[in-house]
Amino acid sequence: MAKVPVKPIHHMLEKVQTGIRGFDEITQGGIPKGRTTLVCGGPGTGKTMMALEFLVRGAKEFKEPGVFFSFEESVKELRENAASLDFDVDELCKSKLLLIDYIKVERDEIEETGEYDLEGMFIRLDHAINTIGAKRVVLDTIESLFAGLPNAAIVRAELRRLFRWLKDKGMTTIVTGERGNETLTREGLEEYVSDCVISLDHRISEQVSTRRMRIVKYRGSKHGTNEYPFMISDHGFMVLPITSMGLDHKVSTERISTGIPRLDAMLGGKGYYRGSFILLSGTAGTGKTSVGAKFAESAGSRGERSLYYSFEESQSQIIRNMASIGINLKRWLDKGLLHIHSQRSTLYGLEHHLMHMQHLIHEMNPSIVIVDPISNFYEVGTPKDVKLMLSRLNDMLKSKGITALLTCLTSPSNSSLESTTIEISSLSDTWLLLRDIELDGDRNRAMYILKSRGMAHSNQIREFVLTSRGIDLLDVYVGPEGVLTGSSRINREASEAEFQSSLKKKIEYLRMNLEKRRGILDAEIAKIRSEFEIEKQKITDLIHEEEMKLKALASTRRAMASSRKADGPKKAR
Amino acid sequence: MKKQKPGKSWELRLYVAGQTPKSILAFANLKKICEEHLAGEYTIEVIDLLENPQLAAGDQILAIPTLVRKLPQPIKKIIGDLSNTERVLVGLDLRPSDVNESAVGS
Repeated sequence: MAKVPVKPIHHMLEKVQTGIRGFDEITQGGIPKGRTTLVCGGPGTGKTMMALEFLVRGAKEFKEPGVFFSFEESVKELRENAASLDFDVDELCKSKLLLIDYIKVERDEIEETGEYDLEGMFIRLDHAINTIGAKRVVLDTIESLFAGLPNAAIVRAELRRLFRWLKDKGMTTIVTGERGNETLTREGLEEYVSDCVISLDHRISEQVSTRRMRIVKYRGSKHGTNEYPFMISDHGFMVLPITSMGLDHKVSTERISTGIPRLDAMLGGKGYYRGSFILLSGTAGTGKTSVGAKFAESAGSRGERSLYYSFEESQSQIIRNMASIGINLKRWLDKGLLHIHSQRSTLYGLEHHLMHMQHLIHEMNPSIVIVDPISNFYEVGTPKDVKLMLSRLNDMLKSKGITALLTCLTSPSNSSLESTTIEISSLSDTWLLLRDIELDGDRNRAMYILKSRGMAHSNQIREFVLTSRGIDLLDVYVGPEGVLTGSSRINREASEAEFQSSLKKKIEYLRMNLEKRRGILDAEIAKIRSEFEIEKQKITDLIHEEEMKLKALASTRRAMASSRKADGPKKAR
Repeated sequence: MKKQKPGKSWELRLYVAGQTPKSILAFANLKKICEEHLAGEYTIEVIDLLENPQLAAGDQILAIPTLVRKLPQPIKKIIGDLSNTERVLVGLDLRPSDVNESAVGS
């Protein structure tokens, strides 16, 4: 037998985009063009849906007509199933972009009486393809042929022929297969379909169901071998690709307001960095939601959209509660600049939450995402899972330049919550803390910034007060007793004010005293001076007198002398 | 069990895909069986799917050749070139008129 030379693959296999969100990313382009891809999995894993979406998106987004050959469900059943998703199958069929045919194979209807082949099926398929000019084909599930026809050997041979035929016609095909016990498919279809095999899985763990997809084989293409979680929403499939954890996102230097002027001041005077990940942790009832609401409000006033994910309160609750402290969220809601999504965290698994967020973010394109609180995630995942999920979220948001504010409930009595918060804090760029301070029968809140990367920030504790006008951050009193807040602070401030005024009074008094003394001193000096002046005068007079006397004496002496030497010194001889 | 008496008119449809050896053989076999067991009370319609592909869907044709008994009801489908006469008769729910002695006991 002649040896068939194997042609080395010099280039990547040409691919066809499926249009299924996330799938084209993990396969780097879709499924192989003009070849058959096998999608296998257990019952209810979504094979039919995926195959159908492949055709629907092909028709809607890529204008490629497709033929759906169903071997299990009737056309009516298929249409009903598709109605639960927004696929408008009927529309597509009408506009000849989609053709659905049901091939009934019932064992007891068929009697085998000699040689035959499956040319009838080929003819039907060919006819369907030619009728609408199809480029995409789905055969779901072709394994039904084995159940319906008595001769497995003929079926196998014809299947081989079919896949070759589809390839010759250049049809990009998806074939579905039911999972077997030992093999990927019950009838071993993976032997004939060797270009690309995708496996779907649906697991339930701790009452939460997760769907996963795995690329078992993809000839001629690089592919990850991991399982990728996916979900089926009413818009179809959504696969969550593992976002590049390369930490190489572009970073913004723009600063945005927190909505609380005093907090902006504490954050280097300008607020948060755009695109940063902000963690706000605090004990129950400290006002975390209000900080989130303020942030959303300030975004709205800049014309930016916010997405608020709430796991505790319903939309109307949030609006009502925020209105009581003067934050009007309804205004932004009506303008379409705020979208509040409330759901119980226990409803879905972590990946589903992540995908749902991704989906909403994709739809809404917000600048701000607020998640309140993330501590609820610990109800549906281990701390490790939660951290991983949050890093993916962080990654996704950073790559889009979206600023995230995540609140986290802590409890002084629950140390595990504390430690997990610390774990997450390593992800965050800014960490704000809301603390309770109990003193003198008061329980007040304080806020301070634990860290804020890339900016100078205040390390002062401020008292966090919610009033009907909103949030106030007041200076706390720091005295000998420590930090005082609330009524103690007010008391202290009052007593300090009093003390201040009494001191002032004392100073005033002392000053006056000094002045008086000075006055007295001045008076005394004046007196002494004047006395001195009098003395001076007296003495000066005396001096003058004596001087006169001296002068008189001197003149008398001269006179006497001159009289004694009567002749006086006559002219010298 | 009531046997179908060749008295009612039978309507048979043979689906083929062009003039292949299998189709020709099937047609020949069919004619023979009909002559033997239906004695003139029948019509055979040969549908060539290569010429009329759209007709395959109606009777849900997969295999070629396929013989469909349209009348009498219920519809019966037989695949193969009809070489196995026994099977064809079973499939058409027809017993040969001269093989009668074995009463279907039990």
